[in-house]
Amino acid sequence: MISISQQTWLQPWIKLARGERPSEQLRALAKTLLVPLAGIAAFLLLWAVAAGQINTSLGAFPGPLDVWQQGGALLEEHAAERREEEAFYERQRERNAQRQAVDPSYQPRIFPYTGSATFIDQILTSLMTVTAGFVLASLLAIPLGILIGLSHTLYRAFNPVIQLLKPVSPLAWLPLVTMVVSAVYVSQDPLVPKSFITSMVTVMLCCLWPTVINTAVGVAGVDNDLNNVSRVLRLGWLTHVRTIVLPSAMPMMFAGLRTSLGIAWMVLIAAEMLAQSPGLGKFVWDQFQNGSSDSLSRIMVAVITIGAIGFLLDRLMLAVQSLVSWDKSADLR
Amino acid sequence: MSNYLDISKISIDFPTPEGPFRALDELSLRIKKGEFVSLIGHSGCGKSTVLNILAGLLQATEGGVALDGKEVNEPGPDRAVVFQNHSLLPWLTAFENVQLAVRQVFRDSMSKAEMRDWIQQNLKLVHMEHAMHKRPDELSGGMKQRVGIARALAMRPKVLLMDEPFGALDALTRAHMQDSLMEIQRDLNNTVVMITHDVDEAVLLSDRIVMMTNGPAATIGEVLNIDLPRPRNRVTLAENSDYNHFRQQVLSFLYEKQRKVVEIPREPAVDEDEAAPARGKVAGLVDRLGRRA
Ligand SMILES: Nc1ncnc2c1ncn2[C@@H]1O[C@H](COP(=O)(O)OP(=O)(O)O)[C@@H](O)[C@H]1O
Ligand SMILES: [Mg+2]
Repeated sequence: MISISQQTWLQPWIKLARGERPSEQLRALAKTLLVPLAGIAAFLLLWAVAAGQINTSLGAFPGPLDVWQQGGALLEEHAAERREEEAFYERQRERNAQRQAVDPSYQPRIFPYTGSATFIDQILTSLMTVTAGFVLASLLAIPLGILIGLSHTLYRAFNPVIQLLKPVSPLAWLPLVTMVVSAVYVSQDPLVPKSFITSMVTVMLCCLWPTVINTAVGVAGVDNDLNNVSRVLRLGWLTHVRTIVLPSAMPMMFAGLRTSLGIAWMVLIAAEMLAQSPGLGKFVWDQFQNGSSDSLSRIMVAVITIGAIGFLLDRLMLAVQSLVSWDKSADLR
Repeated sequence: MSNYLDISKISIDFPTPEGPFRALDELSLRIKKGEFVSLIGHSGCGKSTVLNILAGLLQATEGGVALDGKEVNEPGPDRAVVFQNHSLLPWLTAFENVQLAVRQVFRDSMSKAEMRDWIQQNLKLVHMEHAMHKRPDELSGGMKQRVGIARALAMRPKVLLMDEPFGALDALTRAHMQDSLMEIQRDLNNTVVMITHDVDEAVLLSDRIVMMTNGPAATIGEVLNIDLPRPRNRVTLAENSDYNHFRQQVLSFLYEKQRKVVEIPREPAVDEDEAAPARGKVAGLVDRLGRRA
């Protein structure tokens, strides 16, 4: 995706490997690696000290070590659950094979495994929901942004509504979305669970706006000379949008998409927690309700995971952004 | 064909908060086929406005423009424009920029291969064949302007409209571009309307120089026929008394008859791109004028 040599933190390593002025590279390494590591170490230390001071009804607040252990435990539970699932299917296959041996006309049936969702399962569910919500939002927001960016009248018409809806918290949308989804999404054999739709729609409603606004601003900001070129060439509306408007607006559009994805991830956790729909948010809520001595550590594992995934999603968008950006001199960070 | 491009009594009013602002007043001009006409005048007098009306990008409030017997009332590729700031699409290569124009104009009359040849031929004409596949940000200012000219020529326009095409370039690059343009003009004999601030450029390139009065309500002050033989060479012309006479006449129009009090702008000019080189050039000209006198 992005070439390795562009990654600044990798550069000293590459140069060191090439044998380019080792002392200089080591100093660069100290700057790019040691300083952040020192920052993390200081944070862990502060955390450990502060954790010991706080006593809750569920015992002391977990320090880094407890959280590390619970992280391992969660992974182990996941592995155990998978083994259990595999064993369950294996037993069914054996049983079916035996019955078929006795009675060749027997139609084998496989019952699905219904174990509890592990931490990893919840992460995957959350990722799926956020992706669905974000993609849906983008599919709506980009065309809408283009339309209102192209027309002053539409912009003036939509702007107040957008400004009004933009700051609405997901928690306010959720009850409405839940009711509407229940009323509209009625199916005997639903393809996806209702809770998934509810979370997805809530995420979509909250993360639409940055993309709409940024796309519109990008589209409205097309260089007037380029518009004149388009007029002189008599480009058709679609060609004009495709060859002039979209590429011009691309940097702004992606800045909007990046903000939207960040919001989508934040909103999703809150929505899952409140709506009790599967995902990381529900995991946190369940642990909170559970109230065992490990709960706080497990919640901390979730907190760190949520942060890490949010960070990775942002980096992913950044990589896509620099991939599609024609302005290679732009400093994206 | 004495009036291939016929501009008759055009006036234009721009709406402003203080009521309509008459930028041009009853400006008339007839241009022959294959003629090279320069428009010269002080900054803000309305040169770009004239060119934009010819291009169809602006509508005259009164009067009209006819090209080859047909009225002009919207933009079109038969009146190709070379803008001051190249206005290439930054995300396309030089080749693709020209291709956009060629596809649009010749999509029904040329095959893919013919189009490719035609694009290359035009890039060659402006000496850009070596950098065909570079994007604008990899090209120098002069090279970008060359591509802009190639794009305009590739439309095979009836008139080529150029708005200070070399205004943003340094003196040496500008001289190169002027020589290239003369060379192209010798081969193609296009009808050209070019706006310039540069007296030497106007005299060197033009068959006729149209000098505009200061705005508001600007119109044509004087027209000067430059019947210097072609091909013209800037070095030998410097010694030519006719050439110096023409220069002197344009300078006298601009700095004696249409003397403009150049105010020192208190805030950044609205039209930065235009005003900045203009100010520098006015100072330079006044300087040179002083030395000659
Ligand atoms: N769209 C517009 N609205 C109002 N005034 C304008 C507009 N375009 C140009 N003008 C005015 O018309 C005059 C001529 O402008 P222009 O043609 O750009 O001058 P030039 O190209 O000779 O420097 C200027 O005084 C300018 O302020
Ligand atoms: Mg101008």
